[in-house]
Amino acid sequence: MGELEIEKHTQFITSIEKKKDFDSMVMEHLRMSGAYWGLTALDLMGKLDAVDREEVVSWVLQCQHDRGGFSGNIGHDPHILYTLSAVQILALLDKLDAIDADKISAYIEGLQQEDGSFAGDEWGEIDTRFSYCAVCCLSILRRLDKIDVGKAISYVASCKNFDGGFGCTPGGESHSGQIFCCVSALAISGALTHVDRDLLGWWLCERQVKSGGLNGRPEKLADVCYSWWVLSSLTIIDRVHWIDKEKLKTFILDCQDKEHGGISDRPDDAVDVFHTFFGIAGLSLLEYPGLKPLDPAYALPVHVVDRLIFGQPHKQQP
Amino acid sequence: MSSSEDDEEEVRVPLSQRQEWSDVEPIPQDDGPDPVVSIAYTDEFRETMDYFRAVFAADERSTRALELTAEVIDLNAGNYTVWHFRRLILESLQSDLQEEIKFIELVANKATYKNYQIWHHRRWVAEKLGTIATTSELQFTQKVLCLDAKNYHAWSHRQWALQALGGWENELEYCRELLEVDIFNNSAWNQRYFVITKSPFLGGLQAMRDSEVSFCTNAITKNPDNESPWRYLRGLYKGNNEAFVNDPAISKVCICVLEKNRNCVFALSLLLDLLCYGFQPTPDLNRILSTWGFSGSDQKYANFVCLILEKVDPMRARYWIWRRDSLPSHIC
Repeated sequence: MGELEIEKHTQFITSIEKKKDFDSMVMEHLRMSGAYWGLTALDLMGKLDAVDREEVVSWVLQCQHDRGGFSGNIGHDPHILYTLSAVQILALLDKLDAIDADKISAYIEGLQQEDGSFAGDEWGEIDTRFSYCAVCCLSILRRLDKIDVGKAISYVASCKNFDGGFGCTPGGESHSGQIFCCVSALAISGALTHVDRDLLGWWLCERQVKSGGLNGRPEKLADVCYSWWVLSSLTIIDRVHWIDKEKLKTFILDCQDKEHGGISDRPDDAVDVFHTFFGIAGLSLLEYPGLKPLDPAYALPVHVVDRLIFGQPHKQQP
Repeated sequence: MSSSEDDEEEVRVPLSQRQEWSDVEPIPQDDGPDPVVSIAYTDEFRETMDYFRAVFAADERSTRALELTAEVIDLNAGNYTVWHFRRLILESLQSDLQEEIKFIELVANKATYKNYQIWHHRRWVAEKLGTIATTSELQFTQKVLCLDAKNYHAWSHRQWALQALGGWENELEYCRELLEVDIFNNSAWNQRYFVITKSPFLGGLQAMRDSEVSFCTNAITKNPDNESPWRYLRGLYKGNNEAFVNDPAISKVCICVLEKNRNCVFALSLLLDLLCYGFQPTPDLNRILSTWGFSGSDQKYANFVCLILEKVDPMRARYWIWRRDSLPSHIC
């Protein structure tokens, strides 16, 4: 088993700008998420100093719209996905005071529907991914009271399936990515009683295949990104010891490009910043030496969440 | 050798050289300062986006703007802002939405059926068209599922179409056909559960239970290593463990599978559940477990099954150990 190539991965993440290919082009509209993946991965490796924080903050702020939401890049429309990424970046960099939290909260509040679900933007696509974005974002901003949390919880709970997993809407197939969103949203809003931990835990540990990697659904291929979606869910429901951690660690490390840095979905595939983050995040949850611990629900380093929850006085209290 | 038509497609006239765009001043991208993820563009991409930014800023809802959004989408179908703007233009121009359906199919064919924006746009159009779109939506998703039977977006769209537009009549048969092609298709199993619990024509889970148990146990008998039907079988009795353990078809399939393959993890785990719910051991079960060295005198059945599972499924050994540690005291 190889080791985690921290220096190479740092180099890969900070040099993405020099690449000139199709992947960079399609990243344009989701640059905010790209930045969140890259910066969080750097912080987990203790390498956040490799970037100029002020420059990042200035760019993030330029992506905020009058309505309060953030877009994936300058000149694009706001969306709840990028609003969460922006707030996570600012939390990571300890710059939440640079934004008007009430304005962001009002934007998110406006996306909640009558049944408790959330739309991704004004065009109304509904998905439990957006329930997670709303709850996580407002919790970071200490403004969960701005939405109807009870209804948000019951919508997420209505997406639970007979196998213990969750889908994107009621009746949608259980999928590890959606399970992460639903379980995390329920965890943040203190409603984990809606999760059947043992049934879901068994479904999640069945996702480990012979190679040691994890898949997202039955009969699908293993992919490094599920190291995050499955592991974080298992960690939240306290069942991570049900899988073979050593085999998973080996699988993730085998997906590294040891020459140029970066992590891919499967061994010998092309690397990208998305899988680099999820690989490092997975290793952090597996307590890989030298990596900072990551909070499984907020998807932020534990020291950041500690600062958010314990480090600041509640602004609404006298 | 290429035809002249192919050549025409390959030679793209830059927007700056097109007469109809001569009145527009393109707006270049402001990437802002950011060393983390900045992006290198091709000339074509840069120019098209620069013109798009100009019409977007001017909120120009014209036919040429609509055509320009198609060019941008061709370069990057994931750009959600372009799709948003396209919808505004379609609304303003009161465009023929049947034409838009054709456009979406072209884009989806060329880009990917895993693109969120395309599916969301499709739903917006179908919602506007209403029930006249029922057939087209079911056919479109069927086409996509032919290429990728587990496409999450297609399934999600199909479930939405059934609930919003209707068309439930043949859905159970459709699930059967897909499972005939690939019995391991978990998405089709999920859809089957969706249909039997939500279809207005089938009478609900209880009315469907017996026939579904029969369909499911047949599937298990043919492919015991298939995770999906084992879970589906439990789903049919969700919240009713007593009926589950008392249905002879359930224990029968379990024993039948174990007689052919005593190592089958899914059968062993179902057996464990049955024992936990109060299943009383039969001579057949005794015979199978005796091949593993079980005597029946000194330890519990459930405990012994857990020990077997720890051995045959070492990757999840700690799960089975936990099951063993948490066995209820009153069971066999």
